Amino acid sequence: MQKSQAFLPKEKPRKTHKKLTTEGILGIPYYIVLIGLIVIPILMMILYSFQREGTSVFIISFTFEHYTRFLSERQFVELTIESLYLAGIATLVTLMIGYPMAYLISRSKPRTQLLMILLINAPMWINMLLRTRALQQVFEMLAPNLLGSNIGIIIGMTYIFLPFMILPIYAVLSKIDPSYFESAADLGANKFQTITKVIIPLSLSGILSGIMMVFLPAATTLVIPKYLGNNRYLIGNLIENAMIQQGRFGYGSAIAIVLSVIIMGFVYLIKKVDRFQGVNVDEDL
Amino acid sequence: MSMKTSNLFGKGFIIIVFTLTYLPILSLVIFSFNSGRSLVRWSGFSLEWYVKLFQSREIMTAVFITFLVAIISTAISTVIGTFAAISLTKTKKALREISLSANNIPIVNPEIVTAIAFFVLFGAFAIERGMLTMILAHIAFSTPYVVITVYPKVRNLDPNLAHAAHDLGATPFQALYKVILPQIKIGIIAGAAIAFTMSFDDFVISYFAVSGSAIKNISIYLYTLKRGVEPTINALSTLIILVIGTKIAYDYIRSGKKHTEE
Repeated sequence: MQKSQAFLPKEKPRKTHKKLTTEGILGIPYYIVLIGLIVIPILMMILYSFQREGTSVFIISFTFEHYTRFLSERQFVELTIESLYLAGIATLVTLMIGYPMAYLISRSKPRTQLLMILLINAPMWINMLLRTRALQQVFEMLAPNLLGSNIGIIIGMTYIFLPFMILPIYAVLSKIDPSYFESAADLGANKFQTITKVIIPLSLSGILSGIMMVFLPAATTLVIPKYLGNNRYLIGNLIENAMIQQGRFGYGSAIAIVLSVIIMGFVYLIKKVDRFQGVNVDEDL
Repeated sequence: MSMKTSNLFGKGFIIIVFTLTYLPILSLVIFSFNSGRSLVRWSGFSLEWYVKLFQSREIMTAVFITFLVAIISTAISTVIGTFAAISLTKTKKALREISLSANNIPIVNPEIVTAIAFFVLFGAFAIERGMLTMILAHIAFSTPYVVITVYPKVRNLDPNLAHAAHDLGATPFQALYKVILPQIKIGIIAGAAIAFTMSFDDFVISYFAVSGSAIKNISIYLYTLKRGVEPTINALSTLIILVIGTKIAYDYIRSGKKHTEE
């Protein structure tokens, strides 16, 4: 294709141009969605986050106050630290449960693997509020004093977000060539060494994806503190209150921008680790 | 010997994790059949809460809205996403990479960020929040999933197929409809399934997208329930779980058949 294009400069451009229009038309609704509903909202958030409160976004009145609030407003700072702390522990717990799970699944027979992945996927198809309420019901039955406590919230986050840790790690582990394990053994590594020196480094991108998919969603959840925290407030509820009850656009926008920047850092890190391993199958060649 | 004990240990671990995962769901199902109001103490079997569920106008409206939004947004985002995937394989590399990066934004962002983005968008342009804004929001977060599901399938297609169709006299529309779409059918169905479940289960984004209006999907109804929880919700959950369970069993059995055929 490429070569013939070089040899036939006169005929080819007309044809590609014609092709572009047919396929270009197919892409138009998508670009409208992409620009109108994904890119523009982000630009609006950036504008609002630098906008003095109470003014329309179309009148420029620049301020940093929404960002300095991250350091100055006591309730905000305390809730942020508390949310990040709870979500951090929950992420660690999901990793400690999720990694061995993903490993064990990836080492079982193909048919068993499929069944177990379906069983891990299944709860995610059930509404998250229903699952959280189910857990609340079990707490009420077995350990009512956990409701409202930090441990109760951490258990809730672990329960809800565990599949998001298992699945990306499993995706990476199941792609590792089994001959690596044999080579490690042949070269004299014991089982523990094989895991720490071979398997974990190879699955680093899966671990990072899992952390990304658990940590921030757990930190910003509205549902878990409501049902398992006896209506306790975490950062998600603060955002909800500021935006929906009080309509403070700048406040919520600034938080969203900061969260997005953290996520971009994660995505960058995952890409870097992935490239280093050379297992990134999605890249165009 | 040590291999066997570690195997046993592994199996035990898997069983514990699955038991803990499904225990709350099981208790939810069991207490939907409780004759009493309690969700903790069993007082006998009854179908009372199922009757109450179908009599509750509020719940039935929420169920109807959830289905309506899921069906409309899935249909639209599947069409847009599929066409986009086909178009993307033919566009210039730079544009394709920018598009796919933008496409990833709603996928990797925590839901609350996407929710705030829509809240700000509808607020800034003074668009009245309600059914329409909810559908728009759902199309926007579902389409990227359809694209990433269908795009790899299109990329794996033999590019000569479209040329062959063209040479044999097919119009571009015929080539698309008769040659390309049947080849990527599995990807389209998978993309639509993801879009549907994402829409059906969504809470945070919908909640922000309709705030201030009376429109409620199942999640918003549950979240804004003022009076204490009722077993009617358990009955509703049980029905949803039943549908999902059937689908999973069906998937598993079907994959088993495929397995033996090979």
